[in-house]
Amino acid sequence: MPSESFDPVEVAALGPDALEAAVTKALEAFAAATSLEELKAARTAHAGDRSPLALANREIGALPPAARAAAGQRVGAARGSVNKALAARQAELEAERDSRVLVEETVDVTLPTGRRPIGARHPVNTVQELLTDIFVDMGWGVAEGPEAEGSWFNFDALNTPPEHPSRDLTDTFYVGAPDSGVVLRTQTSPVQIRTMLERQPPIYIVCPGRVYRTDEVDATHSPMFHQLEGLAVDEGLTMAHLKGTLDHMARRLFGTDIKTRLRPHYFPFTEPSAEMDLVCFVCHGESVDNPERPCRTCKSEGWIEWGGCGMVDPRVLTACGIDPERYSGFAFGMGVDRTLMFRSGASDMRDLFEGDVRFTSAFGMEA
Amino acid sequence: MRAPISWLAEYVELPPNVDARQVADALIRVGLEVEGVDVGAAGMSGPIVVGRVLSFVDEPQKNGKVIRWCQVDVGEDEPRGIVCGAANFAEGDLVVVSLPGSVLPGGFAISARKTYGHISDGMICSVRELGIGEDHAGILVLPPGSATPGADPLGMLGLRDAVLDVAVTTDRGYCMSIRGLAREVAAAFDRPFRDVAAPLPPVDGGAYEVHIDDPSGCDRFSAMAVAGLDPAAPTPDWMVTRLRQCGMRSISLAVDVTNYVMLETGQPLHAFDRGKLRGPIGVRRAHPGEKLITLDDVARELDPDDMVVTDDTGAVALAGVMGGAGTEIGSETTDIVLEAAHWDPASIARAVRRHNLPSEAAKRFERGVDPQIAGTALARCVQLLVEHGGARAVGGYTVVGDPVPMPVISMAGDLAERVAGMPIPREDAVRHLEAVGCWVGGGDVLEVQPPSWRPDLLVAADLVEEVVRLVGYDRLPSVLPAAAPEAGLTARQRQLRAISRAVAAAGCVEAISLPFVAPSVHDALGLAADDPRRRALRLVNPLSDDEPELRTSLLPGLLATAARNTGRGNRDLALYEIGAVFRPTGEHEPPELPGIAGRPSDAQIAALDAVLPSQPRHLAVVLCGEFERTGWWGSGRRGDWADAIELAQVAARAARTELHAVPAELAPWHPGRCAELRLNDVVIGHAGELHPRVVAALGLPERTCAAELVLDQMPVPGPAAAPSISGYPPVLLDIALVVPVAAAAGELQETLRVAAGPLLESVRLFDVYTDETRLGAGVKSLAFALRFRAPDRTLTVAEATEARDAAVAAAVRDHGAALRS
Repeated sequence: MPSESFDPVEVAALGPDALEAAVTKALEAFAAATSLEELKAARTAHAGDRSPLALANREIGALPPAARAAAGQRVGAARGSVNKALAARQAELEAERDSRVLVEETVDVTLPTGRRPIGARHPVNTVQELLTDIFVDMGWGVAEGPEAEGSWFNFDALNTPPEHPSRDLTDTFYVGAPDSGVVLRTQTSPVQIRTMLERQPPIYIVCPGRVYRTDEVDATHSPMFHQLEGLAVDEGLTMAHLKGTLDHMARRLFGTDIKTRLRPHYFPFTEPSAEMDLVCFVCHGESVDNPERPCRTCKSEGWIEWGGCGMVDPRVLTACGIDPERYSGFAFGMGVDRTLMFRSGASDMRDLFEGDVRFTSAFGMEA
Repeated sequence: MRAPISWLAEYVELPPNVDARQVADALIRVGLEVEGVDVGAAGMSGPIVVGRVLSFVDEPQKNGKVIRWCQVDVGEDEPRGIVCGAANFAEGDLVVVSLPGSVLPGGFAISARKTYGHISDGMICSVRELGIGEDHAGILVLPPGSATPGADPLGMLGLRDAVLDVAVTTDRGYCMSIRGLAREVAAAFDRPFRDVAAPLPPVDGGAYEVHIDDPSGCDRFSAMAVAGLDPAAPTPDWMVTRLRQCGMRSISLAVDVTNYVMLETGQPLHAFDRGKLRGPIGVRRAHPGEKLITLDDVARELDPDDMVVTDDTGAVALAGVMGGAGTEIGSETTDIVLEAAHWDPASIARAVRRHNLPSEAAKRFERGVDPQIAGTALARCVQLLVEHGGARAVGGYTVVGDPVPMPVISMAGDLAERVAGMPIPREDAVRHLEAVGCWVGGGDVLEVQPPSWRPDLLVAADLVEEVVRLVGYDRLPSVLPAAAPEAGLTARQRQLRAISRAVAAAGCVEAISLPFVAPSVHDALGLAADDPRRRALRLVNPLSDDEPELRTSLLPGLLATAARNTGRGNRDLALYEIGAVFRPTGEHEPPELPGIAGRPSDAQIAALDAVLPSQPRHLAVVLCGEFERTGWWGSGRRGDWADAIELAQVAARAARTELHAVPAELAPWHPGRCAELRLNDVVIGHAGELHPRVVAALGLPERTCAAELVLDQMPVPGPAAAPSISGYPPVLLDIALVVPVAAAAGELQETLRVAAGPLLESVRLFDVYTDETRLGAGVKSLAFALRFRAPDRTLTVAEATEARDAAVAAAVRDHGAALRS
């Protein structure tokens, strides 16, 4: 049934020519829009509720039923192409705006940082951890003990004779009274004693810590310094194992081409005893017998002393209740501060303990 | 011990063409510390000649010095004019002159130069200028008649002969002699050794009458005697030279001979003027109050532990340390009693320390002298005095006392091999033991008797060292032991590292301070008279008398470090330190020291530990100046009391725990800006701003802040329990509560947290606000953001509101808070 309100004039808007003209106008308007604001106006004019296409859409109902489908298709296609063009132009203009704004927002990324400076760990402590971890990685344990220590642990149990000069007031700090039995430990070896008193072998431990001797402060001495000692007690340990362990530590710290040397020496608590030298890290031994190239670091000896070591004296094992017939052991010790000086080229011991932040900050979180 | 190569070569056949450096290296290889090789005439060149001072004039100078203008015959047609600053020579003396064009050690070039109004045409040299000693008090005067002007003095000064300087460790006393070092050189090069020898007269007791009353201090006393010595007989030049090479001055023939023989054999000898001895020689401990004037003309009060040599008048020598002035050899002495004794090393060591009298003799006795060498040493002395002083031996040979013979040690033939971890055939072990002087017998198990000069060889381990060091430590293989069955770092050790890293990452720089403090620092910190931190341990022998105490807190050291930094212009500081402090545990009697023949009992170990102070590990933080810096971004922020508390919290959080801050008053903190930090109701530290008086007393910047915590009280938690995370949305509700200004926000927040119940996920204080007009006087507004969430469903606003209301109600009830609308 034909629509009663059919008005051929109005319905002309649904004609293909009219629609095409509306689409063309719309596309021209969108293309002419140079800003999002202009595009918004063009959208209202050409795709809004009052736009020719919207009005045309509303006329579809007025068509006779047979004509509706074709008209609907035409209008739909026309609106579709307008909306697509609108979206494309919208995207274009937004992209333009974004890039303009982001350019405007540009900052100077070379401005300095440091609003909240990070701190730093003391390099002696980080080197001490580094040394310790070499052994932790091999499955060794880490033992610690008191700094104010019983003289029995610091001397007697380590087979130090009663008249040994290391016990003198000129060498060792005594706490309270000369006979109080309490000293500031002169080495971390008493920790080894405490460990052996506590348990039977196998024992593989390192003992890092702070030690004290009555040295006046100068470039190479301090009344307080740090040591890392190691102790291994087990069945069948030999000097070859001692050397292998020390070589491993030296290589981990100073690289695989480091050369080490053991020299016979005397310590009350080891027998045989040795001193361990590293090839001079400055001249690599090239200053020896070479007056043209003297080396201050090793005094042209080619080697620098790193630490002492040896096979645990059976008398020490006995004093700790360990059977020297069944077990043997080796022990070694080196200066942590000295190791830091080798590694980092620090030349003055005073810098380590004066706490100047300019010195310590340079090391950051790892030395 | 200084050892001229030429002297060593008298007792060891050195390999052909070996030089001093190679001898030194060989000694280093077998374990001696060669501290230097004086290669002789090193750094010297040009005309250095013997000169004779013909005449001189003393000329006082304006600067108060007197110079000598000398005419010196240097073997040329005309004498040369030389200015000399020393005055220890006379006309006719022979001296060493370095002429213009010569160079002395250290690159010291000599030229003719104008000085004190004269042209000085050369220089008269001191021992130090020649690089052969330290003596610089005067110039070197050569023995009369020892050379002619113009001759080369370097040979006679031993400057053509290299000298080794060997540092001898306490266990190798025998190396304090040419004899001992030569034996080491022989062993190191595997070359024959020829021992020092002299024909011994029969032991007849006839040299002098001797009694030993205290064998514990002296197990042997030997004596020989000479008569008819020419007191004016000069010491031969070669002996003077060798003494000088070894660092000793020539004094008189008799003294020089005893010193020479001591250097050669290691046996210290003493020469008594026989005419001044009254009655037989005795050996005993000193009587209480007994006095002796020693050779250095010091009157000494003796200790009843001192060993002395006596005659009828009392002590005539402090045994093994220094002779007495009363029986000293003088310019008239012709008859001499020579003593060579063997003293107990420990007694000598104690006497040296007591009298602060280190001497060449004592150095040897302390380290151990060969008790069997005394006869040879005495005979050598007699021989030299006869030869060079016209003396004659009188009365034979007195020997009193019996030293304990060396023990025989059993040692498995393969022990050295087993200890070293490398093959060492039995016959090599035997050969090396024999090279150091041991007698070796036995089969698979060696029976080894160490030589009399090796008291350090007591057990098999000692013998192993002798074998392995002669095999060579450089031949030891390098074998890494198999993985050890230990636990690595303990949880506590890992925690400590985590705390240190966290505090550093939060902006603090770590310091390590010496633990020595002045008692006055406790006054500067304003500690109360009964504050336990004043109870400090005191060192018997502090390095500085100003700082005799051990720290009881880390703050004195860290605040001093802060002041040192600000003094150097490092004004913005965040410092931290982790370390032990020392707190006495009461008064203790010295503990009884167990022996070391076996493990002490647990009770004995506990007794040893009981006297130790408590040594808790602390953390301290100090903040000065800006914590956040001023920069292009705007102004920075001074580190304040809240940062100090925050940094303590950083440490606690690294230990996976939380501290609870409570207002407190404690020096050295500001009474209104100090928090007591509690962990489960236990106070483990304090933090806040320092008291202005403390800041002023220590010279620190205004508003310096600090924290100190006892780290040992941090718990070591087990594995962290994983929380269950709800995926449902939260309900966020803010409240503002008006409370009295003095109300503690932390406590109020805790009340809210508890009262809000389990739906509360978090509570955060985000604003503190005071405004008299809007809020009224004496109150503040605290604004909290509450976040509610249910684990199993979307929470309704009504549920959250109910929980919030409960929290507010508790705040109103417990803190007098009013909800601000």
